[in-house]
Amino acid sequence: MNKDIAIKVCAGTGGVASGGEEVLSAFRNSISSAGLEATIYEKCSAHRVGCRGFCAKDVLVDVIINGEKTTYKHIKPDMVARIFDEHIMKGNPVTEWIVGEAYFNFHNKQTKVVLSHCGEIDPEDINAYIAVGGYKAAKKAFASMSPEEIVDVVKSSNLRGRGGAGFPTGIKWELGLRIESDIKYVICNGDEGDPGAFMDRSVMEGDPHAVIEGMIICAKATGSHHGYIYVRAEYPLAVKRLQMAIDQCKQSGFLGNNIFGTDFGFDLKIFQGAGAFVCGEATALMRSIEGKRGMPTPKLWRSAEKGLWDKPTVLNNVETFANIPRIIMNGANWYRNLGTDRSGGTKVFSLSGKVKNTGLIEVPLGVTLRDIIFDIGGGIEGEKSFKALQTGGPSGGCIPAEFLDTEVDYESLAQVGSIMGSGGMVVLDETSCMVNTAKFFLEFTQAESCGKCTPCRIGTKRMLEILERITSGNGKEGDIELLEELGHHIRATSLCGLGMTAPNPVLSTLRYFRNEYESHIRDKKCPAAVCKDLITYSVLEEICNGCGACKRACPADAVRGKRKSPHRIDPEICIKCGTCFDACKFKAIIKI
Amino acid sequence: MEKILEKILNDYQINKVNIISILQDIENNFGYIPEEAVFWFSKKLDIPASRFFGTATFYSQFHLKPRGKNIITVCRGTACHVKGSERLIDRLFMELDIPPDEETSPDLKFTVEKVNCIGACGIAPVTILNKEVHGKMTLDKLIKEVKKIKSNE
Repeated sequence: MNKDIAIKVCAGTGGVASGGEEVLSAFRNSISSAGLEATIYEKCSAHRVGCRGFCAKDVLVDVIINGEKTTYKHIKPDMVARIFDEHIMKGNPVTEWIVGEAYFNFHNKQTKVVLSHCGEIDPEDINAYIAVGGYKAAKKAFASMSPEEIVDVVKSSNLRGRGGAGFPTGIKWELGLRIESDIKYVICNGDEGDPGAFMDRSVMEGDPHAVIEGMIICAKATGSHHGYIYVRAEYPLAVKRLQMAIDQCKQSGFLGNNIFGTDFGFDLKIFQGAGAFVCGEATALMRSIEGKRGMPTPKLWRSAEKGLWDKPTVLNNVETFANIPRIIMNGANWYRNLGTDRSGGTKVFSLSGKVKNTGLIEVPLGVTLRDIIFDIGGGIEGEKSFKALQTGGPSGGCIPAEFLDTEVDYESLAQVGSIMGSGGMVVLDETSCMVNTAKFFLEFTQAESCGKCTPCRIGTKRMLEILERITSGNGKEGDIELLEELGHHIRATSLCGLGMTAPNPVLSTLRYFRNEYESHIRDKKCPAAVCKDLITYSVLEEICNGCGACKRACPADAVRGKRKSPHRIDPEICIKCGTCFDACKFKAIIKI
Repeated sequence: MEKILEKILNDYQINKVNIISILQDIENNFGYIPEEAVFWFSKKLDIPASRFFGTATFYSQFHLKPRGKNIITVCRGTACHVKGSERLIDRLFMELDIPPDEETSPDLKFTVEKVNCIGACGIAPVTILNKEVHGKMTLDKLIKEVKKIKSNE
């Protein structure tokens, strides 16, 4: 038997939490006891979260025999023996476990540029990156391109900042190039703080060399010799992978003095954040590298003029840098043609919430929201109906169903009251309460406000208090108007992006879901039955058969009743945790 | 303690790192930032203690109180929130007798920590039990896991 066998097991955070390690060792055991020669690797050790993006189907296993790939889904350790026996030994794939149409639908509408290496190459090995064409772009930039030429290519590619604001990257680099200074810095912003977003993490963990290569090219374009990658404290694996990549680059002569044999030097360091959302804001991030509290400073100058330690600084997001090598190699036209007239290229989104296919996706700009949610995402989980799409994290807004045909780019999302942001997309269904969602984001921004400027520090607190009042059933007439007034003032007068965008979740839900606010205030009802103070749990006596599951599950001993006769929930004792609701198999417990 | 602090100071002087790095080292070594450590550094480096405290309280990674032996982290990112992380948190506080406005149980056995987003939204809601990531968590599963940890105590 002369077969070339390779087995790839997803062992990322998604994979491991679903048992990826156990599956892997089951394969190892089978292989060694059969005395077979096989290549086995953890595809997504690369990639603790993103895997091939399709976390909903974990554990995913690829079996590749003589180049023919079969992908299995939902694999558990006890399923390995059968795959091994039937497929690997006898050559008959186990058809009922193979990924179905959903897997291909998930991938078909995607265009992978930034994610093309993620989950495919070993991120801890520079040679794996070089083997797929890595560092060719940087070498080309150093061997045959002037800084002006590099800037021109980036400018005409129409690449815009992927951190969320969408500032044209080429123009930023041009400013960096033109300004004269003895010291200039290049900074990569890896402080991905938006809840519901994990694109940058996946890129840093899955393809760290692409980020570094983009930074090297930026250094050459702007004449900078010092760089920092600012990584969030919550991403230890990204730090590890990037550090390995930097060390390998130094050994290979791609970083340090005399890179690529030229007399150009570029020194790159990692700076680990310490957990503050506001540090994703450029000026706050630079203060943090300087060792100070990460508080934003007024933008009297652009960072390209006066940034880190008051020196000219070009700061871009992880995904932005990861695009650069591809643009240099394939040309500006190629990239520009992937997107819309206003914004070139692709964008990575993390799709999560109440959608069937959760995971990491990359699509050309201009694709519609409907394509993303219903084709790639496979629609709403559990036959519920779509209510809204939350984009842009705490700075963004909620987009209702009537705008599902909006084409995704920076301007069109802004038009419907949200933002592109860094790329988090959380799908909300009919069981999500929009007032509660708005309160959730306000809690977040209020806690993360650095406290430097008054509108943000006090304004977000007041808005949160009003929302707490509304969701606890104490809302008053006039609260909605007060929220709007406060929101507009905070937006107009805050110092940095955090404050300016903090009211967005409230203002956008007020725009599209005002009736939900009104039911909370006037009827003291939460239409989605989420807000604890406005709902009661009760038992439908005609359905309850007295099995006692709810009684056993209740942590507060609030359920009364004898076995085999209908139970009752004591509203005085009930803490509304919903445990009984989950425990009842007969749908005899309702919340209204 | 003094020995560890000396070592951190030594690293600081060689690598010229900043206050944040010092605090990170202290936190890594002791599990929190002891007040004595701050005053020790403040004296050695002639930097006001207020700057250390100002920085330490600004960033969520630093803790000024000792933390529990077992650390349960519940992600409350957007995806986890819409999939019910709030219920998990409420139940944990009740189950582990953690006073409101605190995060550690009085016997220092458990700390329940809320984190903004750990970026594993695809398998929400996510909890981390002593560094082990568990996806698609339910109340039932969580209570079983907590009981497991308790019985190993």
